[in-house]
Amino acid sequence: MNRRVVVTGMGAVTPIGIGVRNFWANLKAGVCGIGPITRFDASRVKSSLAGEVKNFDPLNWLEKAEVGKMDRCAQFAVAAASEAMQLSGVAGTVDPNRAAVYLGTGIGGFETNEANCFKLFDKGPRRVSPFFVPMMIANMPAGLLAIRYDFRGAALPAVTACASGTNAIGEAVRAIRHGYADVALTGGTEAPIVEVGVSGFNSMKALSTAEDPNAASLPFDARRAGFVIAEGAGVLVLEEYERAKARGAKIYGEIVGYGSTCDAYHMTAPRPDADGAARAVVEALREADWQAGESVYVNAHGTGTHLNDVAETRALKIAFGEEEARRLAISSTKSATGHMLGAAGAVEAIVCLKALAENVAPPTINLLEPDPECDLDYIPSTKREAKFDLAISNSFGFGGHNASLAFRRVE
Amino acid sequence: MDIFEMIANALADRYGLDASEITPETELISIGVDSLDAAELLMALEEKIGVEIEPTKKLATIKDVVATVEAAQNETF
Repeated sequence: MNRRVVVTGMGAVTPIGIGVRNFWANLKAGVCGIGPITRFDASRVKSSLAGEVKNFDPLNWLEKAEVGKMDRCAQFAVAAASEAMQLSGVAGTVDPNRAAVYLGTGIGGFETNEANCFKLFDKGPRRVSPFFVPMMIANMPAGLLAIRYDFRGAALPAVTACASGTNAIGEAVRAIRHGYADVALTGGTEAPIVEVGVSGFNSMKALSTAEDPNAASLPFDARRAGFVIAEGAGVLVLEEYERAKARGAKIYGEIVGYGSTCDAYHMTAPRPDADGAARAVVEALREADWQAGESVYVNAHGTGTHLNDVAETRALKIAFGEEEARRLAISSTKSATGHMLGAAGAVEAIVCLKALAENVAPPTINLLEPDPECDLDYIPSTKREAKFDLAISNSFGFGGHNASLAFRRVE
Repeated sequence: MDIFEMIANALADRYGLDASEITPETELISIGVDSLDAAELLMALEEKIGVEIEPTKKLATIKDVVATVEAAQNETF
């Protein structure tokens, strides 16, 4: 069975806006969502900046009784899913047993974890919350969405670090394509801005320690020195094409390809030859039936770490061939949002769908000093209007996970 | 503040309920308090009162919670 899979709903919670409309308008306009860390007292850690979601009031989506039992990452997932479900109008049209949830998170309830460790140290084991485990575990955002919408098919998390959101969507596509579900809520969520998290990434030398928000998240720029940690969520409603068409749903695009590979090389460093990343892109292109000469937008993983951006540039050249790679329009959303880890790929899928729908590629902001080792067209500073035939979103995660999705318009 | 009032206020605060609607006969499940919520409530009361509370029977109503807390207090003092 090889059924077509389309997107009928989208929701976003990001450092540059809550709601797809706000997010997309700000992304096109080159708004920077990075600022001083306010989630905790950052005076002890090396990095002082993050991409925080501003003015997020969970009571807009949840009852008071629910808020205290959900980690911030689950609250983001609910907010993004609410928007996606509302847009889709799918509620009540699907057999609950044919509805699935595939939701990624790199870490899970990081705040809950840290807060309860402090309770254990300060007050002892009797003060560790009975909600500690359910709020912390990485599958709970998926489980909570299943409860909320009575989706009784598979409910699975993808936990592949920074590729989680993209892997979750890809696995949901396969579930619908091959007949295991007709509808899926899918995407990713993350709320990692906690002291232990920033400390850990700092110790890895993975984070930028810049103090200027406009010179911190610098994908493909020679000045780049690590990513900027960020939080958020992106959720899509996926449906089998014929049923979406039959019920008259608005279709935001089609997911036409997915590649998933592993470097099998190192815990955190990408393969220098970029073989794993390139194979993920090639798989997605093959499923998408890409033809040389097509106009392609690539939403890069583009983290702003030295190794990633060089390896990704190499991977695109291998996958498309040098000549076609030079024709690609490429940008990194992380230049504006920072790196939302397990949510990044899901939010960036939304960027691909909007780029195809509106014939515009958002920019890589603050890209002022191109790195000679990153010598493709990364759309510096301002958005570009162009009609694209195909959009590709790449995500690569610690553990060597490489995931790539391909999108097309549905005419 | 007596134990019942303390429990009613804690629940009202946590779940956005009206404390005056909670009576000793109120069933926990009827106000959405499941076993995890009850464990969390007892933990908060332990913190406030300063005694260890170990329920020995199933907590069905507010009255049961009051009795459990009072038993823990009597054991301690």
